[in-house]
Amino acid sequence: MSGWTHHQGLAVGMAAENIDTDQLIPARFMSAPRSAGYGRFLLHDLRGPDFPLDAPGAKGASVLVAGRNFGSGSSREAAVYALVDAGFRVVIAPSFGDIFAANAVNNGLLPARADTAALLPALPAPLDVDLDAQTITGAGQALGFDIDPVWKTKLINGWDDIDMTASYRAQIAQFAAKRREQAPWIWDTSERNANRGTAPTPGRPS
Amino acid sequence: MRTLFDKLWDAHVVLTREDGASLLWVDRHYVHEGSHHAFAKLDARGLAVAEPALTVGVADHYVPTRRGGGITDPDIARMVATLEGNAARHGVRLFGLDDPRQGIVHVTGPEQGLTLPGMLVVCGDSHTSTHGALGAYGFGIGATEVAHVLATQTVWQKKPARMRLNFHGTAAPGVGAKDMALHWIAALGADGARGHAVEYAGPAVRALSVEGRLTLCNLSIEGGARCGMVAPDQVLFDWLRARPHAPADFDRAAEDWAGLATDAGAEFDREESIDMGLVAPVVTWGTSPEDAAPITATVPDPARAPEGKAARIAQALDYMGLRPGQKLTEVAVDQVFIGSCTNARIEDLRAAAAVLAGRRAKVPGMVSPGSTLVKAQAEGEGLDRVFRDAGLDWVASGCSMCVGMNGDLVPPGRRCASSTNRNFRGRQGPGARTHLMSPAMVAAAAVTGHLADVRPLLRGRA
Repeated sequence: MSGWTHHQGLAVGMAAENIDTDQLIPARFMSAPRSAGYGRFLLHDLRGPDFPLDAPGAKGASVLVAGRNFGSGSSREAAVYALVDAGFRVVIAPSFGDIFAANAVNNGLLPARADTAALLPALPAPLDVDLDAQTITGAGQALGFDIDPVWKTKLINGWDDIDMTASYRAQIAQFAAKRREQAPWIWDTSERNANRGTAPTPGRPS
Repeated sequence: MRTLFDKLWDAHVVLTREDGASLLWVDRHYVHEGSHHAFAKLDARGLAVAEPALTVGVADHYVPTRRGGGITDPDIARMVATLEGNAARHGVRLFGLDDPRQGIVHVTGPEQGLTLPGMLVVCGDSHTSTHGALGAYGFGIGATEVAHVLATQTVWQKKPARMRLNFHGTAAPGVGAKDMALHWIAALGADGARGHAVEYAGPAVRALSVEGRLTLCNLSIEGGARCGMVAPDQVLFDWLRARPHAPADFDRAAEDWAGLATDAGAEFDREESIDMGLVAPVVTWGTSPEDAAPITATVPDPARAPEGKAARIAQALDYMGLRPGQKLTEVAVDQVFIGSCTNARIEDLRAAAAVLAGRRAKVPGMVSPGSTLVKAQAEGEGLDRVFRDAGLDWVASGCSMCVGMNGDLVPPGRRCASSTNRNFRGRQGPGARTHLMSPAMVAAAAVTGHLADVRPLLRGRA
């Protein structure tokens, strides 16, 4: 994954709140291998004549401006694959589902946190996203955005976590040895109480 | 002075970088058919699974719930076979389709005693928050992170903020963990606990069975929380002791676990309170878990909604086919579903059966136990007969109609009373209309044919 600091591209707006990852990619498409491309599954069941991403002026968009709680719900990274494979590099929303945002960063997609109310009516329009300065300009607007500093560094450098973690191999081994000493039962998973897996405890409705 | 979450966090930090990112040790990693992306990433790099003994596979997301005659859908057969292949190749234990311990990963893990207090538990599934009910730090991760855990047995995280959610008072009859969860999510919002590790506390939480705590923690993610947890106590230890994979020296382990509680005077970044006097049996009316209301309420009117909410409510009502001001108890349902990692444990089935016993469902429906062991136990108690006699289908265990990946779908435009966790558009199938509620409330909807208050139906029973 290559890093980036600056992105210019066409932005489209989708004002709805709570666009969950089931909307971003319905579950029935997730058995496909990534190599087949996930772009065509993006927001599949919301598509229609009035859908903002399908408007003539939205073709080639790479910035998505959305409502509160974008990417909530299921941890499916396929939601990010669908966005990335459809050409998106940036999503701007007032808030994101935590797992979605982490998945986005792992695929070079910026989850930029900002109030989008003023921006949405001006779209589609080209926007300029400066990751280093954390600013968005264009469509007659200039606003800042929030991003976790750890994620910002990762996006800018295009870091791969497995490579990075490899440099800490010795510390991990040392930690594992200590953990095994303190809580040996974590490793000892032999099945000793084979009698049953469920307990007949009386209870209340849950 | 530390909170429970601080203790769980501290016990797993391998190192913290200067920028604040911490590398955490993973004690238990669950994988399922949906983990195929992560195994493919591992293969692409030629890497092995770092700790196969700490990795457990369960077939749940795609498995058929009607198992006679094997898997007929080639796509689903391929998903199940891929998991089997990956598990075998990497030496990972698998509770596969034909294993008597198979079930939904968040039911099977705790049930087997493979999740234990003090553990850090991850899985490529957002409902991994469930495991917090055992005093563990459980959270869902994406495929890239799953690959990272497979390769290194660690995960990078930034420490979430700490939040305590206090439930004061006691649950009224007919009110359970599902109602408590939907109540707080409606109060604080579907992103109300975003960025927070939530500890559930207070007398009403303490009074919950382990099953109830699993339900409560399961739904943490629906309020946006990173994870949810309940401090271990004797109720938990009694529940855990006889589990197949409970520690050999249980008492020694339990001594350690007894320290897993928030110290008196420890500070949280945020505290919220729920008055149990206000918690009634809850149903959802919209397309987000935050769209929840007591069954005695009416469908909200966008015209009276606060600014900024009106459009979303109107869109939700349009999708759900509901009228503003309509009584929730007047909403007719087409079918019911009892299942999912949220509400398909033995107590959930008992609660639903207590309502259904001696009654007939007015609509069709399906009951899918949370695990094959739960199914066997329920059959031992005669619960399957109660469901069948009521006219409902009694099927095998899996994620089933909660996510629809195995083909168990609600048809377009149909309305389903469901014991699941997400009422998202299309979650149970394209165009499906989902109302979330407790298993007892699903049973009430089944016998009346509409959303219904379970309390009158419980009179003289249970």
